[in-house]
Amino acid sequence: MTTEYKTIIKDGLWENNGMLAMLLGLCPTMAMTTSATNGLGMGLATAVVMAASGLLVSIFRSQITQEVRIPVYILIVASMVTLVDLCMNAWMHELYKVLGLFIPLIVSNCLPLARLEAFASKEPPAQSLMDGIFMGIGFTFALTAIGAVREITGSGTLFADASLLLGPAFKFMEMRILPADTGILMMILPPGGFLVAGLMVVGKRMLDVRAGKAIQMGGAHSAA
Amino acid sequence: MKEHRTMVHGVILGIFCLGFGLLLAITNSVTAKDIAARALEDKLNSLGQVIPDSIHDNNLVKDAITMKNDRDKEITVYRATKEGKVTGLAYEIYGTGYAGEIKLMLGIDAQGKVLGVRVLAHKETPGLGDKIDVKKTDWILRFTDLSLGNPPLEKWKVKKDGGQFDQFAGATITPRGVVRAIKEGLEFYDAHKAQMLEGH
Repeated sequence: MTTEYKTIIKDGLWENNGMLAMLLGLCPTMAMTTSATNGLGMGLATAVVMAASGLLVSIFRSQITQEVRIPVYILIVASMVTLVDLCMNAWMHELYKVLGLFIPLIVSNCLPLARLEAFASKEPPAQSLMDGIFMGIGFTFALTAIGAVREITGSGTLFADASLLLGPAFKFMEMRILPADTGILMMILPPGGFLVAGLMVVGKRMLDVRAGKAIQMGGAHSAA
Repeated sequence: MKEHRTMVHGVILGIFCLGFGLLLAITNSVTAKDIAARALEDKLNSLGQVIPDSIHDNNLVKDAITMKNDRDKEITVYRATKEGKVTGLAYEIYGTGYAGEIKLMLGIDAQGKVLGVRVLAHKETPGLGDKIDVKKTDWILRFTDLSLGNPPLEKWKVKKDGGQFDQFAGATITPRGVVRAIKEGLEFYDAHKAQMLEGH
């Protein structure tokens, strides 16, 4: 079974978006979207792990038997997370100081696991790598969007500290939208996360309805 | 027959565990030296922020003693010396924040005046309590040059508690914990001065 790249890209970015359609990975979504920069960092780290573990599972898909597949997937995801964590700590230390916080959280994210089960275990390596990358980018997009809304309404800034994550060249992204101390505190606390994420899901469905598409009941187990 | 098949699954899982375990062990041994070097750099960096380079001519990490703090925790006291005389001390202090422990590095001179304080690790709410981090706001810099008599002891509190230090909008517990940690840190020096300056 092979899925066309076009479908993989469209599914990952929008149609079957990990967060907005499948509602997976809600734990890191709520915890890490207090600012757009945090959302972006968490999303990118997740994308790297998803691409690597998707590729590995796909390569070994005929060796992994049905009965032990879940422990093997967890093993692969956890190994990739640890690998990324160690290598970044050693060789990309500045970035690690910012992203280091997010990396161990990826293990508790059910999105990589769901994609391994639904996609990588059935598709060839190239497709699985693409699926991991684009599901990861779609997740990054959703997290950054939620983070941006929460940050603007909660702290009045946008992409604060982006230069810590992306390097000094990205200083221009750091903006103050509202004057200091006008933010609604609740938005950067957990209730704000649920509110904004919920509204985003509604927004996506409304856009889909307007485009005349039947509402796709997103599910972790829709293979494509 | 069924038992035989169960065996196969176990073996497959075992092989995967062995393979990935090996991969992680190799990565660990390759990165271990670099990670240790980075950790030392970080430590020197944070020490450099609380002890100015100009006041010492020794290696802070080399001239260190371990002591037990009031919470019965082992802490390392780094000593800055110039021409054999102790000019400053830096040690970890601990406060209780909104979401657990806040770890800070306190640097003082031999008279007990604060040279600098920096947050090393905390779990406070992003956007609220994390303003104690120098990367977010310069709140923590206001402690520089203060000591136990300046301000007077009863003013070593946040404004809400009748002291002189600003809390943040929406976060009082975090700054309260930090102020208390610094005050306790200074009192610790006061009580153990002799031991901390010993040998110099």
